[in-house]
Amino acid sequence: MSDVLSSYPLLLRGAWVTIQLTLYGSALALVMAFVFGLIATARSAWLRALGRIYVEFFRGTATLVLMYWFFYALPLVGARFAPMFAAVLALGLNVGAYGAEVVRGAVKAVPKAQYEATVALNMRPGQRLRRVLLPQAIALMLPPFGNLLIELMKGSAVVSLISIADLMLRAQQLRQSTGQTTAVFLVILVMYFVIAQVLQLFVRYLERRADIMLGRRPGRSARSPLDTRLGAAK
Amino acid sequence: MATTDSAADAVLPEDGAAGTDGIRFDGVVKRFGDNVVLRELDFSVAAGERVTLIGPSGSGKTTILRLLMTLEKVDDGVIWVDGRSLSHMRRGDRLVPADEKYLRRVRSDIGMVFQQFNLFPNMSVLRNVTEAPVHVLGLSKDEAVERARELLELVGLSDKADAHPGALSGGQQQRVAIARALAMRPKILLQDEVTSALDPELVAGVLDVLRDIANETDITMLCVTHEMGFARDVSNRVLMFDQGQIVEEGTPEKIFSEPENQRTQDFLHAVLDQH
Repeated sequence: MSDVLSSYPLLLRGAWVTIQLTLYGSALALVMAFVFGLIATARSAWLRALGRIYVEFFRGTATLVLMYWFFYALPLVGARFAPMFAAVLALGLNVGAYGAEVVRGAVKAVPKAQYEATVALNMRPGQRLRRVLLPQAIALMLPPFGNLLIELMKGSAVVSLISIADLMLRAQQLRQSTGQTTAVFLVILVMYFVIAQVLQLFVRYLERRADIMLGRRPGRSARSPLDTRLGAAK
Repeated sequence: MATTDSAADAVLPEDGAAGTDGIRFDGVVKRFGDNVVLRELDFSVAAGERVTLIGPSGSGKTTILRLLMTLEKVDDGVIWVDGRSLSHMRRGDRLVPADEKYLRRVRSDIGMVFQQFNLFPNMSVLRNVTEAPVHVLGLSKDEAVERARELLELVGLSDKADAHPGALSGGQQQRVAIARALAMRPKILLQDEVTSALDPELVAGVLDVLRDIANETDITMLCVTHEMGFARDVSNRVLMFDQGQIVEEGTPEKIFSEPENQRTQDFLHAVLDQH
């Protein structure tokens, strides 16, 4: 065990790579989720079909297979990706497909009466979405987004298979050099768990903010930055 | 008015009683599936007139308001508002279904208060009232806030400007919703059973606010309500609906005191028995 613990800089470097993969992957997933999730609520049937194709394709393909495609198969037809880039692409596109379903569901779950109020106030379609429907929908998206974020982080362990030195790969190296299989896997089990808890805390914080915005949580007035600015202008 | 429609008015079809202010329903038909909600409905409301729509539930009253707010589309016939069709616009010499841009122009004169208030929970009370004036009418924030504070005072909620809608009672929320609708300076205010979702003790406060507005402005009002006392006080005319058609109309005195139609008599008995 002490061999394993004394090699902690190696594991920390691996953990840092895992965290980077999680950050970049989830950033890409978030963009894809909003783009294709909102497209799926569009009036145009063509746009909706485009959203469906993205979701069905990337939800239905294994992250590992996608990653092999980006890393091994596409270079054969001339598109060469750095390992990290291929990994982020595979993780982001895959989780983004799940996220797009979350976005679509959340926007549809905002009561129709809210939409009708925006029409009665003669808002433009973009304003309806940005000022009323999305802020309420985002509050609904946060819990499932939290799940996806942790899934993405844990799922990133597959990148070790294309030789990215993440936490998993470092653990394998350490296991080979020390022979202490149990100790190594126990340590990285805890490390993955700790990273997941930090992510979970971050999502909880966002959920609390959303609850305050929607007035579900007392203790602060509903003042928004706009109101504060307006107050100061008086 | 807050929006300038000068050149845009050229879009209106000629046979639409152009220049006639107010609302006109011309053979309006509305179906939901096989259910015919409005059957070839004809009626008009003059500018500044206060009209109450009464009748049993399912008689099409709320549908009339929703059609006027462009939340629903007519299946046949035309609705004219100040000489402009709500459903069709002119392109060349053809009438084509209205697009969003055209709808936004015709909607700018119409406001609506909903049964369930429909305040935006992601904004403070004040911002509920300033949001559309700032972003739709293009008012400066200072102007919008000043106007919102006046309106909140009018509805008796000056002290709630920074509160969250969820922290208000139903009656207070409905008064904010009235202020929010008035902030857009509508010429026509649609009121869809605005007190039906309220606890009995909160109804009077909301109705008092609407009475004040009726007395102090010349806004055209269409009210769907079961509050017969309120209908008697504010309306110039009462329309009794049944099965998608007007079965009787007249002054509140006539309709409430000596209704001629059997269905009106039955309906009024049923409503008054509840109270």
